[in-house]
Amino acid sequence: MSTDKDASLSLADPHPVGMNSGQKMGLTLGILGVGILFLALFGVVREQAIFLWLSLISMLSGGVVFGRSAYLESPEGIKNTGIWFDGLSARGVIGWSFGIILTSFYVLLYWYPAILGLGVEGAPNTGLVALFDPLSMWIKGSPASQWFVYGTLYTVAILSLGIKFLLKYRHNRYQKIRTIVVMLSQFILAYFIPEILEGMNSEVAYFDKDMKNMWPLNYDFFDGWHLDAMTHSGNYGMFFLVLGIFMFLVFTPIITYFVGKRWYCSWICGCGGLAETAGDNFRHLSSKKLSAWKLERWLIHTVMILVFLMTAATLYGYFAGTSEIFGLDIYTYFKKPYGFLIGSMFSGVIGVGFYPLLGNRVWCRFGCPLAGYMGIIQRFKSRFRITTNGGQCISCGNCSTYCEQGIDVRAYAQKGQNIVRASCVGCGICSAVCPRGVLKLENGPEEGRISDNPIIIGNDGVKLRF
Amino acid sequence: MDHTVIIGNGISGITTARHLRKLDTNARITVISAESEYFFSRTALMYVYMGHMRFKDVQPYEDWFWEKNRIDLVNAYVDSIDFQKKKLHFSHGKDLSYDKLVLAIGSKSNKFGWKGQDLEGVQGLYSKQDLDLLEKNTDPYGSAQRVKRAVIVGGGLIGIELAEMLMSRGIPVTFLVRESLFWSNVLPEKESRLVTRHMVEHGVDLRLESELDEIIPDAAGRVKAVRTKAGEIIECELVGLTAGVSPNIDFLKDSELATDKGILVDAFMRTDQQDVFAIGDCAQFKEAIGERRPIEQVWYTGRMMGETLAHTLSGDERKYQPGHWFNSAKFFDIEYQTYGWVFAKEKEGEKHFYWEHADGKICMRFNYKKDSGLFIGLNVFGIRLRHEVLDRWLNEGRDLDHVISHLPDANFDPEFYKTYEQEINTAYEAHSGKKMKLQKRSLKRIFGL
Repeated sequence: MSTDKDASLSLADPHPVGMNSGQKMGLTLGILGVGILFLALFGVVREQAIFLWLSLISMLSGGVVFGRSAYLESPEGIKNTGIWFDGLSARGVIGWSFGIILTSFYVLLYWYPAILGLGVEGAPNTGLVALFDPLSMWIKGSPASQWFVYGTLYTVAILSLGIKFLLKYRHNRYQKIRTIVVMLSQFILAYFIPEILEGMNSEVAYFDKDMKNMWPLNYDFFDGWHLDAMTHSGNYGMFFLVLGIFMFLVFTPIITYFVGKRWYCSWICGCGGLAETAGDNFRHLSSKKLSAWKLERWLIHTVMILVFLMTAATLYGYFAGTSEIFGLDIYTYFKKPYGFLIGSMFSGVIGVGFYPLLGNRVWCRFGCPLAGYMGIIQRFKSRFRITTNGGQCISCGNCSTYCEQGIDVRAYAQKGQNIVRASCVGCGICSAVCPRGVLKLENGPEEGRISDNPIIIGNDGVKLRF
Repeated sequence: MDHTVIIGNGISGITTARHLRKLDTNARITVISAESEYFFSRTALMYVYMGHMRFKDVQPYEDWFWEKNRIDLVNAYVDSIDFQKKKLHFSHGKDLSYDKLVLAIGSKSNKFGWKGQDLEGVQGLYSKQDLDLLEKNTDPYGSAQRVKRAVIVGGGLIGIELAEMLMSRGIPVTFLVRESLFWSNVLPEKESRLVTRHMVEHGVDLRLESELDEIIPDAAGRVKAVRTKAGEIIECELVGLTAGVSPNIDFLKDSELATDKGILVDAFMRTDQQDVFAIGDCAQFKEAIGERRPIEQVWYTGRMMGETLAHTLSGDERKYQPGHWFNSAKFFDIEYQTYGWVFAKEKEGEKHFYWEHADGKICMRFNYKKDSGLFIGLNVFGIRLRHEVLDRWLNEGRDLDHVISHLPDANFDPEFYKTYEQEINTAYEAHSGKKMKLQKRSLKRIFGL
């Protein structure tokens, strides 16, 4: 390994080709947009709509300007040159710094929103949260909360870097369609409709109106206050209650049978949407070790059991009208620890904060109970697979390297086996980066989907089965 | 317990070791390499240089794999072999005995005696050491003064890969191709022109019919320019020699092992020495198989020879019987696959049907028997095809009409991609004068249900 020139962890590009002026401009715009947020956080910029719009437009256009200069000036194709030389994408100083800033933001968001400027006990917002008041007032007629700030920034990140992704993969229609859907899903289903509905029905109690955000990813769904809010909001609330249960029990298994869990994880889901767009630069950082796969199976299924226990206890308490089960306080021993450890720490702080260190799918791979549920269907009862194209694999490793879920795709491809794995979110990047046309995501007959003892085509002398 | 020693840890040697272990749990297996500690994908070296992957990412197995499978790895250089005593002599002085020996020693870059071919800054691209050297030659004066131009000599697959690599680091490339077309011993003219256009689109300074005469040194003995046969001087600080590879057998030339260009083997990959086999790039079949060349320097054939030899070593003797020819490559952004046989020029009794998309980056060429219409093979650029379906058609002896009308079954492009089968059908109607009916894609046929 001594000759591995990247052993330096790429603290700096050993051979910088350098950014062109357009890329620098895009980056400057992005920094300007984020910079205004910081100025607001420290109270330098006051809550004037002009600063908010300046910030949002800078961030949105930054990704577009950067993407145009980075990708459109050369013929369409795979654009992974220098990924492992870059300080941001190869765990260099910039990557670590970015990780620390992101992580800090999540910590403030979850536990210290007052520092972000959230007005406590009726006081007006200040700082960063106040910066978003004009937009919140405009959309729903009430001041911003830290969650409104978060939702807006989250959506801007997906839109801005989604366009960058579209430019990067402009030759690949699967990537283009998937990315447009995931961008619209975030903007319309997760952001716009819920906020508008919230504004139109401000007299009823709050409940989650993101139709695709189903239990158990949305672990609050069966919480007493949430059930009450839905059941006490007439047909409008009942619609969301019935839809939520239908989505989980009926819709999800059927669609996952036909196309795999990708319909959700890389096409619709908000966590997936952020991972595929803003997280695209970090997908190669996921660990491909066998030990990581073992850890993954333990962790994700443990979280599934925990969410089930937590929800069962909550529902028992709700219907039995008690706050205890087996002598244990349901809030203290079930809801609170799950919300803190899994809901906040795992999915937020580690899941996104550690993008530049552990890759963009840490939560989706190791934690998400909804992904775990669909993964079991995908593994055992689905038409989805990644087909390996006969004997064409050259074991190069691009597929494994760029698998955000840490699947060692090559291990299957070089044996001529199809890839049927619970964790595959169907992003399609393995297929895109394959230089020999070996991998194809497809839905086909269940028969022969899993090939455990494959014959590699092309060698007539040693067929393993006749 | 037989001791099988394999020299060379490339795809051929490692495949032999892995399959032998699968077939025989008791065999003692040793793999020797001077090149690298662990098996890596040679075809992927370019991606390390371009920053797509780290070197450890092009190693297909984790480091613990070898011990777990009881495959002993020895990092050493074999100086000579005593075939009588069945013993290897290492450069560090020690010996190793074998019961069965597999020579999977690969290739080396061709050098045709050009003046200046051994100067500093002049190199081939084959081994891990070549990659390390290229890293040095990229910035011989420090990264602030990267080389200003590189010249690549020899128009084949390695040449175009090297061009892509160097350009990814911002180094302008002049590419000298002796022939009038790029890779003309394999590609027909139109495919070759398609690749050529794409190279130019990427900014390669391509010089067809341009032959290297001499590499000129500076005062320090480092390359400073090349002169072509036409007398043109091209200033450059790096020269890539990529005019093919040949078997790496110099250290065996004086031994009693029978060699020609490569190590001579029979259909069982046996050499003329007792219990000694040769596979992969270094093996030369005494009798070529079908249309195949006697020396096949291809990833897939190396792998297949390894799979086959492992059976023989485990006591189940098998001939090397490759099925239908296939291969693939990627030229910058354009993928290429080939199935069956398509030769650069139409052979006696054969006819070609060629279709090219208007954008000039996608094309297909079908080769078939003039009289019977039997499908012989195809080249495809910019579309992915399904190996299994093509292999089936070749096995079943389908005619070209069948292939053309069932093309949707063979498509392997990602979902939602634009398809060209209708356009190809229409072009074929004009070519053949026949009325065609394009069949819909059928999962039943594709998956053989």
